[in-house]
Amino acid sequence: MEIWRLPISASQRGKLISAGYTSLSSLSSISSSDLARELNVSESEAMNILKVASHSRGSETSNASCSIVEGAQSAWDMLHDEESLMHITTSSADLDNILGGGIHCKEVTEIGGVPGIGKTQLGIQIAVNVQIPNDFGGLGGNSIYIDTEGSFMVERAFQIAEACIEDMSEYNRFLRKDFQECKIKMQPQDILENIFYFRICSYTEQIALINYLDKFLSENKDVKVIVVDSVTFHFRQDFDDMALRTRVLSGMALKLMNLAKRFSLAVVLLNQVTTKHTEASFQLALALGDSWSHTCTNRIVLYWNGNERYAYIDKSPSLRSASAAYSVTARGIRNSSSSCKRIKMM
Amino acid sequence: MANKLISEIPLPKSIANVFSARNISTAKDALTLTEFELMELLDVGLTEVRSALSQISEIVAPPYQTALSLMEQRFQNEHLGGHFPTGLKGLDAALCGGIPFGVLTELIGPAGIGKTQFCLKLSLLASLPTNYGGLDGRVIYIDVESKFSSRRLLEIGLRSFPEIFQMKEMAQEMAGRILVLRPTSLAEFTQSLEQIKVSLLQKQVKMLVIDSMAALVSGEHEQGARRQQTLSWHISFIKSLAEFSRIPVVVTNQVRSRNHEDASRYSFQVQSRDGAIGTTMQYDSHLVAALGIQWAHAVTTRLVLEAKSGERFIKVAKSPISPPLAFPFHITSSGISLLSDDGKEVMGPEINAIHCQVNSYWNLCCNVKKCRAQ
Repeated sequence: MEIWRLPISASQRGKLISAGYTSLSSLSSISSSDLARELNVSESEAMNILKVASHSRGSETSNASCSIVEGAQSAWDMLHDEESLMHITTSSADLDNILGGGIHCKEVTEIGGVPGIGKTQLGIQIAVNVQIPNDFGGLGGNSIYIDTEGSFMVERAFQIAEACIEDMSEYNRFLRKDFQECKIKMQPQDILENIFYFRICSYTEQIALINYLDKFLSENKDVKVIVVDSVTFHFRQDFDDMALRTRVLSGMALKLMNLAKRFSLAVVLLNQVTTKHTEASFQLALALGDSWSHTCTNRIVLYWNGNERYAYIDKSPSLRSASAAYSVTARGIRNSSSSCKRIKMM
Repeated sequence: MANKLISEIPLPKSIANVFSARNISTAKDALTLTEFELMELLDVGLTEVRSALSQISEIVAPPYQTALSLMEQRFQNEHLGGHFPTGLKGLDAALCGGIPFGVLTELIGPAGIGKTQFCLKLSLLASLPTNYGGLDGRVIYIDVESKFSSRRLLEIGLRSFPEIFQMKEMAQEMAGRILVLRPTSLAEFTQSLEQIKVSLLQKQVKMLVIDSMAALVSGEHEQGARRQQTLSWHISFIKSLAEFSRIPVVVTNQVRSRNHEDASRYSFQVQSRDGAIGTTMQYDSHLVAALGIQWAHAVTTRLVLEAKSGERFIKVAKSPISPPLAFPFHITSSGISLLSDDGKEVMGPEINAIHCQVNSYWNLCCNVKKCRAQ
């Protein structure tokens, strides 16, 4: 496209041509202040010329802000992205409610708690639930389970997968009566086949694997969640240099966040608990230190409250602080109050 | 895998030379540095550093397996899909077959409750041939407190499997499979562990018992957090031993009284002073595990043995597969046995509490002495 076609005033056109700008491509990389100086016009006029030029070039965005900062996205455009974001259900409606629908994709969620509270159970449940097909409101994706402690029990994953399929059949029967009853063809074995299991034996392997995931995910685009159980274990032993540990951990967290955003998947990190001395008393706190607590986007603490297991949103940019009860049953993670099967309405 | 030499990884010659010139010889050294540190150290550009790191990472990263192939592999190659039946039917049913292979199982309880008796029974079972429910292999028993009694072991064998143990040669064969080590200090224990790693695959060892883990550190002088740090290498090592050899590892732990360093609440819990605090207090029993919270995270299955109102219970306190059940048990001349195979479900954090009722403690000690003397 040539300069003489631009819908600008003749004098501006003349100044452009005499300054040596004959084609639109030459205007693509100049800033408005430089152009103003060269043409001897006001800055607002120069900005106008550039805007018109970019319009005519038919650039991708109609948003003026993009020509100012490369790669930026306006908050309004991001709103659309955020609203269409998928969530992974935890199979407990109360827990999903406080999470705003479930575990968010494109974000890193850290879940920590004392031994025996159900972290691995929740991790396995998420690895199964991500595979719920689109017809039932799920993501229909695969999962990566990174096991650093050896706590992944295949028999338990089978139990949870079986219960998930049974719940889907029940949902089918209750709600889609009038439509063609689509039989659930999924078997627990199919669900297990879509869980990619990695066993990590040292922190070096952990770092190497997270580096390698970049390539792995480009080859396996169906993966929609990465569960690391637990991210702490190898970093609590044999680390004499704490500063090194902090650097390595933050590097790892950044890579995971990068993976989450690029491949639109959810990252769930399970963390352990340690005692912290604060204000003349000892309290429980999630492990790996204060600098780690800044790195994750969302932070959920699982704890005992009386006789019930509770989840508390400790940190989140978009969810309010709330706690909800849940329970660990033979079928997996479920709501706490009722003992009968609950159908989650999607 | 972590100590893989850079020289063994197929990197382009130029960058491999630079790595060795700067003394970065193992993958571990290369991966713990950030990209910028490497750029500075090696004096190369970002793209070269990135490509070298991605090649190293690809080689060092472990291969994956689908959960389905993991399950098929376990059920094909391993005894009962990777479980060692304890002979206690209710417990085995709850644990989906028995004590899992490849991970740590902890027995915790007050003194005299029956932890060593349980370990003796398990060692015996593991040495038996498979048609009797055993693993048909050797057992390494690390006896820190010199509680191992071979007389008691043979008595258990005679009462539980008379057809085998009545014949002297068979009894000798079975007892001969149990190798007892008696380290007197943590340093000696560390040495034995390293030797064990070597002999695990060569000598057909099918189970490792450590009785007890807590006694090893109680001899050392550090307290609290320092004590935990002392053990962190051992925790990691024993777990990796269990993992690569795929054998059941049983470890016993002691109890101690709760002190001010034992926290049980988070900062957000302390702030909200509602009625829930009152109920949690009653579950904070005065006995806690001796080895601390880091150890508690490292074990996969925790079995709590306790005494309550004159009865003894074995509770499944932490397990990836079992609901929180408590089984009443007693100790007889043929070892430990359950009084009922139907476990009672325990709600809430009570499953983790360790009770040792003081009024029947004396009875407990007397019973133990009676059992041992028989």
